[in-house]
Amino acid sequence: MSKSFPSDKGPVLALDRVSLEVAEGEFVCLVGPSGCGKTTLLNIVAGLDRPDAGEVLADGGPVRGPGADRMVMFQESALFPWLDAMGNVEFGLGLKPGLDRRTRRDYAHYYLRMVGLERFRHAAVHELSGGMKQRVALARALAPEPRVLLMDEPFASLDALTREQFYGDLQRIWRQHRRTILLVTHNVREAACLGDRVVLLSPHPGRIREEFRVDLPRPRDFHGVELARHSGEIMAALRGHLESPPAEGAE
Amino acid sequence: MRRALVAGLFFLLLLGGWEALSRSGLWSAVILPPPGAVARYLWGGLRDGSLAEAALVTGRRLAAGYLLGAAVGLPLGFLTAKSRTASDTVGVLALGLQTLPSVCWAPLAILWFGQTETAVLFVVVMGTVWSIALATDGGVRGVPPIFGRAARTMGSRGLHTMLRVTLPASLPVVVSGMKQGWAFAWRSLMAAEIFVTILTGFGLGHLLHYGRELHAMDQVLGVMIVVVAVGLLVDRAVFGPAERWLRRRWGAEGR
Ligand SMILES: Nc1ncnc2c1ncn2[C@@H]1O[C@H](COP(=O)(O)OP(=O)(O)OP(=O)(O)O)[C@@H](O)[C@H]1O
Ligand SMILES: [Mg+2]
Repeated sequence: MSKSFPSDKGPVLALDRVSLEVAEGEFVCLVGPSGCGKTTLLNIVAGLDRPDAGEVLADGGPVRGPGADRMVMFQESALFPWLDAMGNVEFGLGLKPGLDRRTRRDYAHYYLRMVGLERFRHAAVHELSGGMKQRVALARALAPEPRVLLMDEPFASLDALTREQFYGDLQRIWRQHRRTILLVTHNVREAACLGDRVVLLSPHPGRIREEFRVDLPRPRDFHGVELARHSGEIMAALRGHLESPPAEGAE
Repeated sequence: MRRALVAGLFFLLLLGGWEALSRSGLWSAVILPPPGAVARYLWGGLRDGSLAEAALVTGRRLAAGYLLGAAVGLPLGFLTAKSRTASDTVGVLALGLQTLPSVCWAPLAILWFGQTETAVLFVVVMGTVWSIALATDGGVRGVPPIFGRAARTMGSRGLHTMLRVTLPASLPVVVSGMKQGWAFAWRSLMAAEIFVTILTGFGLGHLLHYGRELHAMDQVLGVMIVVVAVGLLVDRAVFGPAERWLRRRWGAEGR
């Protein structure tokens, strides 16, 4: 699919004939420098934006709008400040048909415990640290049990220590509850640490340039030697792509 | 404790200055009665119930006018924030009318409705509705779009989004708008009561008006004190808790 945005200097091709297939239960990381269309791609998959050309297919049917089968964790914090942590997690559950109040609470409890924040369930959003906010956002996205989880740089605003702890937690959660995950990042090592597959994008126009498979056993150690080898390889490829603009039409 | 002490001292000083001024003989006691005279009036008014009765009549009108103004202003603000057409038409009208001091409605109200409760209500509503509508409009427009997008991905649509996302998200601005609307309503009502001399109820504004006619300055000052006190009370009792709640929820970044 393709997508362009109007700007002062003519349209910007945010995505140029991008094609990506993701299998059920797969963890795919999208990596690329700022402005290569990662967020745009994720928004289109989420159904929040429409592509100019092409389409998104889920289980063979076209995606026409946002749906509870695809939850999003946004780049910036999108928690609702008028609700406490629990209320935020329950928000999406309240829109799921066939759940009574009790079940909703149980679900919300369960997912808050999973991200290690059960004690903070009545905390106001502003009382949570950046890392805790992202944990609540993760619980909120997981609670309605979507089939696909879309994460847009969920760790961008976290310090290194909190981030690495998060990698461990996310791997654990992913192994317990196998979900299809599409994660955007511009940290190559992070992508290699988390993904089954790492997809490289380059900007102007936004294109998919190369894909890497990471077949390391989980849980993966962020500082492991094997991981370093993989991420080094991907990093080199990324550098190459950024230096050489894509040949027209060749993909 | 210290704060209460400082506040108490401040008002004592104020009273002392007033007493000194009225004793200085610069103005006659008819024009500037001493605090004691005003206190006597207040005490008398409290004892014979005339003050309470007037405050009750005024309070009833205020509640009716304010609630009606809010009931119209809130949806109106929502509408102008969400619809381009409404914003270009009603929105502009609201902006214009908000700058109009509500006393200006009094002559029209008297011509249209005569010396009636309706005329008073009309002035109060006109004084309230536009400022609440504009505040709501601003509040709704200021809601970060990310909230709506997040809600949509969780399956929220239409009315649900409006009531469960847009409304609470705009609350900090809307509450401060409601507070401003209350101040406008209170002003409008005093103006209306001074201009519209109806016989169906004797409000605080009327007491003030007749105090002036009778050259009873102790009454004028006494009623003014009551008006200020009512204003402070509502601010503290109604908006104080609401604002505290918002601060607790939103934190310091609360707008
Ligand atoms: N709503 C929009 N209006 C205009 N241009 C846009 C819009 N959204 C994105 N763009 C443009 O499209 C391109 C891709 O943007 P996108 O946000 O998808 O990048 P990104 O890969 O997510 O970058 P980052 O890593 O900084 O988040 C950029 O050049 C951006 O300027
Ligand atoms: Mg982005």
